[in-house]
Amino acid sequence: MRILLMGNPNVGKSVVFSRLTGTSVVVSNYPGTTVEFTKGTAKIGKKRVDVIDVPGTYTLEPTSRAEEVAVEMLEDGDVVINIVDATNLERNLYLTLQLLEKKVPVIVALNLSDEAKHKGITIDVKKLEKLLNVPVVPTVATTGEGIKKLVSRLSKAKAHAYKHTDEQRWEKIGKIIGDVQTVVHRHHTFRETLADATVKPITGIPVAIGIIALMFIVIIFIGEGLIAIFFDPAFEAYEPIAMKMSEALGSGGFLHNILIGNLINGGIEFTQSMGLLTTGIFVPFAMVLPYIFAFYLVLGFLEDSGYLPRLGVLADNGMHRVGMHGLGIVPMLLGLGCNVPGVLSSRILETRRQRFIALTLMGIAVPCMAQLAIIVGLVGPYGVGSLAIVFATLFVVWVVIGLLLNKVLAGESPEMFTEIPPYRMPYWRATLKKLWMRIRHFLTTAIPFVLLGVLLVNILYTLGIIDFIGDIASPVVVGLLGLPPAAAGALIIGLLRKDVAVGMLIPLGLSMQQLVVAAVVLAMYFPCVATFAVFIRELGIKDTVKSTLIMIVMAMLVGTILRFVLGG
Amino acid sequence: MRKLLVELKAGESGIVVDITGGFGFQRRLATLGIRIGKKVRMITAQPFRGPIVVGVGGGDVAIGRGMAMKVLVEVPE
Ligand SMILES: Nc1nc2c(ncn2[C@@H]2O[C@H](COP(=O)(O)OP(=O)(O)OP(=O)(O)O)[C@@H](O)[C@H]2O)c(=O)[nH]1
Ligand SMILES: [Mg+2]
Repeated sequence: MRILLMGNPNVGKSVVFSRLTGTSVVVSNYPGTTVEFTKGTAKIGKKRVDVIDVPGTYTLEPTSRAEEVAVEMLEDGDVVINIVDATNLERNLYLTLQLLEKKVPVIVALNLSDEAKHKGITIDVKKLEKLLNVPVVPTVATTGEGIKKLVSRLSKAKAHAYKHTDEQRWEKIGKIIGDVQTVVHRHHTFRETLADATVKPITGIPVAIGIIALMFIVIIFIGEGLIAIFFDPAFEAYEPIAMKMSEALGSGGFLHNILIGNLINGGIEFTQSMGLLTTGIFVPFAMVLPYIFAFYLVLGFLEDSGYLPRLGVLADNGMHRVGMHGLGIVPMLLGLGCNVPGVLSSRILETRRQRFIALTLMGIAVPCMAQLAIIVGLVGPYGVGSLAIVFATLFVVWVVIGLLLNKVLAGESPEMFTEIPPYRMPYWRATLKKLWMRIRHFLTTAIPFVLLGVLLVNILYTLGIIDFIGDIASPVVVGLLGLPPAAAGALIIGLLRKDVAVGMLIPLGLSMQQLVVAAVVLAMYFPCVATFAVFIRELGIKDTVKSTLIMIVMAMLVGTILRFVLGG
Repeated sequence: MRKLLVELKAGESGIVVDITGGFGFQRRLATLGIRIGKKVRMITAQPFRGPIVVGVGGGDVAIGRGMAMKVLVEVPE
């Protein structure tokens, strides 16, 4: 049996899904968090059943890719649990009525009933049940209230094949609302005042600038703090152990090179020895993980509070100039953590054109935390000024390419049209759970790739392939970018994962100017393979190739310009 | 007095009396609560032809300027 969780966006479907299946999924306070279905299983009575978390949709006539997925899912569902937002019953019932026309058994979960109560909304559940002629169960997904009852009444789900015109639907909804809902008028609460103040430009823009600045400061502060307090000492303690292993392996030879790597002045340099047990674990744990942790901690609070759609409204104007609309900031922000979820979340944009632009800009100029870590690792020692050159360059590139694509590509961007959720207090347990999910995702997907990258570097070196590629690529790498031929190896490995490349650039003894060029080119010329794979899935081969060509050409162009401007 | 939705001042409310545009457009607005007969309250209009934010029913909705130009509201004198 297959149970579908369907409902409008941001009504708590994913929270219900986690409750039913025990599987963690990403939950955030904005519409369009879930853009792809997630499957899990739940034990109901003695049976194991499939439960599917479906992207939110307002109607069964989809307006975005995420909604299309939702409608496609309906084809093979046996029961629909229709999650309904009790604070917005009227609007939510539209989908409910459409579902009741589809001959699929439906049960309604009247979720967010805690918030409805706070807002002075009372709903007569018995009456609603009678009018809809399907079971209705009030729930508070975040606390689990009502979920047991929902499950126990699942078998009572009832199918209908009503036929309504659009007008009849609204008429019926109007009647139902009149019969079941009473609203006691409340005064503007503090949260509502805050909600208004943060979208009004006069107050909202300074707040937005403050929040973004604070976000970066906090990320760097926490990231560097973790490195200084925890990871650096940990690896210092590990070094003698690694040296012992090195001695045990005979301080040289093939196996030693793969596991420990090159000894530099007779010792291990974690950033550049390039062994599986040295650089291979140092890069993901001591360089990238601290920033991943810091970034997702901050992002989680932004997501769960409900601030992001408001930021989207404020940014809408600017985003239109680069071919998207305000909601485009969501994939861009997620892309800062890791481009893979960033790419997926671009599905909240309605048109293919917007998504092409979003993905291309993300691939070119939105450095993920792994890239950020290498930028800091490479250029950071030369001070904040050099870091600023790198980030300012990426920002300018993002804007310029966005403006160009918006000019060149046919069509225009639809306007923003979205609900703005109320502010909610991030519930620290849920926020931490999400943080842990994302860290686990990083650990399980990044580490194998980093290790593979390190292994590959060793093999390719041993076979002389990297030198060979360096020779071939030298007109570009040396001629245009002004880097030594060996930097080509770093660019090759960067295709797999950018953070592995750092270990290959450090030993080259580059000047500050060369490091800036290398960091920028490395960030721009290609997304990592994992991102490339989701590019293909989302855009198809043809557009992915187009997008990639733009990246390569722009990276070379910008790298060359930078080289001459900096006089490296 | 009748006005376009975009013309409401911050804090001002009106009742939607007409929506121009195709059926699909009307349906789309309706799913977020903007329908004939519904009360809407202007919260803010972003400068430079940016989107507007209105309060409808249980929540707030951001809507592009072009779309909001197609919505006519009646404002009590
Ligand atoms: N107070 C309260 N908050 C809830 C309840 N259910 C969900 N939430 C919050 O509502 C927000 C949206 O929850 P999600 O589960 O991500 O919503 P969704 O329906 O999966 O949303 P999409 O994936 O965007 O369609 C989150 O901030 C939840 O913490 C509830 O019953 N009460
Ligand atoms: Mg969800």
